[in-house]
Amino acid sequence: MVDVTPADAVPPAEVGEVELYHPHSWWTKYVFSQDAKVIAVQYSATATAIGLVALVLSWLMRLQLGFPGTFDFITPEAYYQFITMHGMIMVIYLLTALFLGGFGNYLIPLMVGARDMVFPYVNMLSYWVYLLAVLVLVSSFFAPGGPTGAGWTLYPPQAIMTGTPGGQDWGIILMLSSLILFIIGFTMGGLNYVVTVLQGRTRGMTLMRLPLTVWGIFTATVMALLAFPALFVACVMMLLDRLLGTSFFMPAVVEMGEQLQHNGGSPILFQHLFWFFGHPEVYIVALPAFGIVSDLISTHARKNIFGYRMMVWAIIAIGALSFVVWAHHMYVSGMHPYFGFFFATTTLIIAIPTAIKVYNWVLTLWRGDIHLTIPMLFALAFIVTFVNGGLTGLFLGNVVVDVPLSDTMFVVAHFHMVMGVAPILVIFGAIYHWYPKVTGRMLDETLGRFHFWVTFLGAYLIFFPMHYLGLMGIPRRYAELTDMTIMTESAHHLNSFISIMAFIVGFAQMVFLFNLIWSIRHGREAGGNPWRATTLEWQTPHTPPAHGNFGKELPIVYRWAYDYSVPGAKEDFIPQNVPGSFGLGPSREQP
Amino acid sequence: MSVILVFLAVIAGFAGWWLSHQRLTAKPWLEQGLAGDFVSLDRSALPTAKIGLGVFLAVVGCLFSLFTSAYFMRMGLSDWRPLPLPRLLWLNTGVLVLSSVALQCAVVAARKGQMDMVRLGLATAGLTALAFLAGQLMAWRQLTEDGYLLASNPANSFFYLITAMHGLHILGGLVGLGRTSAGAWNGARPERLRLSVELCAMYWHFLLFVWLCIFAVLAGWAATFIDICQRLLT
Repeated sequence: MVDVTPADAVPPAEVGEVELYHPHSWWTKYVFSQDAKVIAVQYSATATAIGLVALVLSWLMRLQLGFPGTFDFITPEAYYQFITMHGMIMVIYLLTALFLGGFGNYLIPLMVGARDMVFPYVNMLSYWVYLLAVLVLVSSFFAPGGPTGAGWTLYPPQAIMTGTPGGQDWGIILMLSSLILFIIGFTMGGLNYVVTVLQGRTRGMTLMRLPLTVWGIFTATVMALLAFPALFVACVMMLLDRLLGTSFFMPAVVEMGEQLQHNGGSPILFQHLFWFFGHPEVYIVALPAFGIVSDLISTHARKNIFGYRMMVWAIIAIGALSFVVWAHHMYVSGMHPYFGFFFATTTLIIAIPTAIKVYNWVLTLWRGDIHLTIPMLFALAFIVTFVNGGLTGLFLGNVVVDVPLSDTMFVVAHFHMVMGVAPILVIFGAIYHWYPKVTGRMLDETLGRFHFWVTFLGAYLIFFPMHYLGLMGIPRRYAELTDMTIMTESAHHLNSFISIMAFIVGFAQMVFLFNLIWSIRHGREAGGNPWRATTLEWQTPHTPPAHGNFGKELPIVYRWAYDYSVPGAKEDFIPQNVPGSFGLGPSREQP
Repeated sequence: MSVILVFLAVIAGFAGWWLSHQRLTAKPWLEQGLAGDFVSLDRSALPTAKIGLGVFLAVVGCLFSLFTSAYFMRMGLSDWRPLPLPRLLWLNTGVLVLSSVALQCAVVAARKGQMDMVRLGLATAGLTALAFLAGQLMAWRQLTEDGYLLASNPANSFFYLITAMHGLHILGGLVGLGRTSAGAWNGARPERLRLSVELCAMYWHFLLFVWLCIFAVLAGWAATFIDICQRLLT
């Protein structure tokens, strides 16, 4: 059924050689570089740096919630600013940028067997526009009035009114400008990721031979390209409302006894636009995580991924479905009951492809040769956490359950589990997995295990109790709840406990950062393929991969990405670029 | 949000058609070797730049569909008062059509290798596009002079916003056209020039299509059309 071409008869790759840009100076090599690998590191470093700011903001929030009234400098206004910036930075400037800009840039060209992205110059611009967006965002901390405190959803009319921090100052203007810049920068990068997967694949790399990491990043990028324009439209319109006095989103409002000039806008319109972006965004973050975790599990369990086709179809199905569920974020805004029914149904249907993926991960582990390496630990932690967060998603997807829970800590617990902790665990696992390729050295094992256990257990101790707080009716978004009867003694204790755990987990991240920097020079030499993995990025002649990735000739792909523990093969893995005649027992020919 | 959902359905249909040609039902774990019988699956024969532009145009289409969606949603409220469109917009539409035609001529000439005609086509397209932009600005001036200001009514705000967005995209296209023209005058390689001219033409035709759509929407014909369709269906 398979025609195995002998290796000597294979002509060299027919892929047209890209005109590689060759850097001439230190500046064009490390700063204004057009090499996707350098851009990936730049993206990752910037995202991590701004992510640290968001981490500190979460500490400040936890200080206030755990020990209310102790810290005078955390005023209610400041608390709202912390919430807003923490959410916005984590979701967009950290997770989206790191998964697509960081991992996408590094892994796509290497995994599909390309020398670089197809439009390297645009790729470079993408990073610099992203950096500009981050700088504009950071500048809002220093602007008069401080950053915006409108909540990460920036709902009008409150987002641009006097009572909200930054509403009539610079805060909201800088926030919206920064988002607009981010979207422009992302579109430049996103075009590259998509077209490189379409056109940059080396000979023999058919779509069904792509590693699932590439499938995840590819589908997520397509979704992001179609979803971010909704945020762009919303931002432009709100910016006009704020600066030029139009009334896209602003209804007639009386503010402090004074009629504002706005008249006739529709705040619900903003919510539709925002969530039309906002819901796909959840999967823009989740799909790359799904893809990466599939590869981590397969590699470290030394077993082919279970149900590869189903995994691909599930990724596509999730991507498509995620565009027709957005209004489940708006149940409490009021809608026609039939709409509520429709969106609840589509929301619950997404659970099917997602569950297929979870079963396939577990079945991949079944009877695998599981190596409990640090990437594997993080991958396993991801499965548990994602199932946990996903199940509470089934609760909240139903209108009748969502309405009473919507404004409570239950929602905070749900989305932190499912799109906060779970993707971050994958990011950590992926960094431990690919760091040896990027730097040529392994991360320190002991520090890594410490980091894993503190992060994993700590994250559960932070977010699991929040479910109970939510079921007790403790509302979210409130800076101060001390005087409410709802805040029982036990709820107070729980809050203090969560805060202390948050500090401990945050401290573990400092250890991780130290490990990242220390291991660049002092880590154990990794060699070219420390995990004995099959995908093309581990087969490069140099580690770290040199400019142009693959030496003189591009690799030719002869097999899928998951040939682990093939019966009859000499080793327990067969790289994708090894010709078919290698180590094949006749048993493999049977379906 | 119906407009954007229809647009995404079209995109999904296209993606589905493409995926259906990619053998998604293959069993890769059973297929070793070079897969010589489906080398055609490796990549498209179209130039990479064209595919890149195609993806970009999908994003632009998405953007304008979202503006239109927002427009229709706001239009549904009872206090909607559309503004009268200046007659000048008809002239502008004609000029933009002319611009597209000129670029198409340039494409034909580039394929035949007639450099003079290419230059003529590019210059005409650039000048007519500039004339279109000037015409749009004049239309804005007429409206403001008649008292239809940006902030005085949501319909006005939408009109200025959508036309400005379209104008900005034309402006961006003019940058690309300028670079292509520079190549045409400085003797770029013929096959490279042909590709650039084709890319410009593709972008121009798409923006013309977008303009015709938003013109129909702003003038209210699109709403009437949908209304008729709904009545026929119910």
